[in-house]
Amino acid sequence: MMSELGGLHRSGGGMGEEAVIDVRGLRMRYGSVDVLRGVEFVARRGEVLVLLGPNGAGKTTTIEILEGFRMRSAGEVRVLGVDPARGDEAWRARVGVVLQSWRDHGKWRVRELLAHLGKYYAPYGTAERKRPYDVDELIRTVGLGEQAEKKISSLSGGQRRRMDVAIGIVGRPELLFLDEPTAGFDPHARREFHDLVHRLADLEDTTILLTTHDLDEAEKLADRILILAGGTIIADGSADQLSRRMSTKSEVKWSRDGQSFVHSDADSTRFVRELFGQYGEAISDLEVRPASLEDAYISLVREFEGGREDLAAREFEEVVR
Amino acid sequence: MNPTLAAVEAGLRRGWIELRQTLTNAQDLWNYVFLPAVFLVVMYFLRGKTVPGTDFSLGTMSIPSVIGMQVAFGGLLILATLLVIEREDGTLLRAKATPNGMVGYLVGKIFATSGMSLISVAIILVPGAFLFSGMQLDSFDAWLTLTWVLLLGLVATMPMGAVLGSLVPGPRSLGIVMVPVMGLVATSGIFYPIGGFPVWLQWIGQAFPIYWLGLGMRSALLPESMAAAEIGESWRHLETVGVLGLWAVVGLILAPIVLRRMARRESGSRVAERREQAMQRNPF
Repeated sequence: MMSELGGLHRSGGGMGEEAVIDVRGLRMRYGSVDVLRGVEFVARRGEVLVLLGPNGAGKTTTIEILEGFRMRSAGEVRVLGVDPARGDEAWRARVGVVLQSWRDHGKWRVRELLAHLGKYYAPYGTAERKRPYDVDELIRTVGLGEQAEKKISSLSGGQRRRMDVAIGIVGRPELLFLDEPTAGFDPHARREFHDLVHRLADLEDTTILLTTHDLDEAEKLADRILILAGGTIIADGSADQLSRRMSTKSEVKWSRDGQSFVHSDADSTRFVRELFGQYGEAISDLEVRPASLEDAYISLVREFEGGREDLAAREFEEVVR
Repeated sequence: MNPTLAAVEAGLRRGWIELRQTLTNAQDLWNYVFLPAVFLVVMYFLRGKTVPGTDFSLGTMSIPSVIGMQVAFGGLLILATLLVIEREDGTLLRAKATPNGMVGYLVGKIFATSGMSLISVAIILVPGAFLFSGMQLDSFDAWLTLTWVLLLGLVATMPMGAVLGSLVPGPRSLGIVMVPVMGLVATSGIFYPIGGFPVWLQWIGQAFPIYWLGLGMRSALLPESMAAAEIGESWRHLETVGVLGLWAVVGLILAPIVLRRMARRESGSRVAERREQAMQRNPF
């Protein structure tokens, strides 16, 4: 059953700015398996948050709870100031969900369906936020201009996903959820999609929460990255912060007397200073590459899972003994 | 504008668009025409046979009966089928993600299903009127009766169709629903009067809307004298209203509960799960 803490409304945690998403102690249990065990994070207006994590870490479960499509086992969740388990239709109108289409609405035409779905949002428009999006503008924004009169069943995979995004934002949402939006995109479509996300966050002040497996994408899009593993958020920060926090070794490359060298060092600054101290002007082609988000991610998750394996191994030993 | 009203209006528009779509693609047109065409051909060959105890054509008798059956099929099976398919493919989830989307979805479904039932009635009635003699199509009463039986029939069957569609786990389970319905047709006096059947079989037939819709349509389109061939030698309008009304009430109570339960369980990962299962079954 859900906790009854919902009655006590808490404001955005004294952060000054209003929290668009506020999650505390979120737990989800399926049968005897704890998928989420105390997830905590906050998203502020206009932020782009990327949720990373290994398969089965609970990313989709988290997003579905925030979308109001799934009941939680325990914890306090506020989305646009409302408990999503009790979100009414007015709340629903402020939230956009990008679903992965399959073959729904195949007989509908692109413009026809967007115009239709937009009608539901019209009564929820306000002076500063007109709802829905103008259909033609929306079609241009997602780059489906040439397909506007085509049947949805005739769209290519990438076009269909862009249609999904268009449906997700037709009501000009204040908060947008995207669960693996670029799965199956070619590089060009991916680039266009990234531009679209930036535009939504910058121009529309839309808060965006997305999941992905593509670390490069996370680095490009995220104001902040959350890493979900083992049912909790194990890291929360910008791509830079995460890379640094892991203090993974940087890679230093240089050449001396026509020979190339590579060295990995945790303190690359000190290493380079010593390098110059020793060889001075003989050094050329110096390159220092900081640890990438990918390095940080891999080591964070490995460290975490390693910790858990140790724990599991200890438990196992205890059982054996 | 009131948001619910806006959704109802959008739903009507949705129903109209979807009804129009059924008339502009080959698959749907084939579904409309195939069974009625088979019925009409079979009945045409049976036009020389007579209803037992009368000299009235069995073929002519079955025209209104089949119309009644079409109404029941429209409400029960078409709606159930659409609901099951559109739950699987994520249409329903989209409605859920839209403010008042479920209102619009259901209004649209009711509108489109009613329209489709009306079309399937016309597909039997229009050629039937030319091919068979003995029906009363020129009286105001006939059309009045046809109209109320049709409307009551839709109200009696559609909520039950929605319940059925919510309970059936997936498109591949639809066959389980079809088989008993076909059996029901046999005991509902559609092709042959059930007056001569064992009493228990008559009771089974009379417990379901198909029998009463057939009877109601016969009462509308056949001459008064044909009532003699029915159970109780009467058109039994009161009982028709009673049984169909009861189905409507039970359905209207159950449908919102079952629909809400079904909709609550829909989420992106459930649709994705079904998609993967479907892909595994027929990879391409």
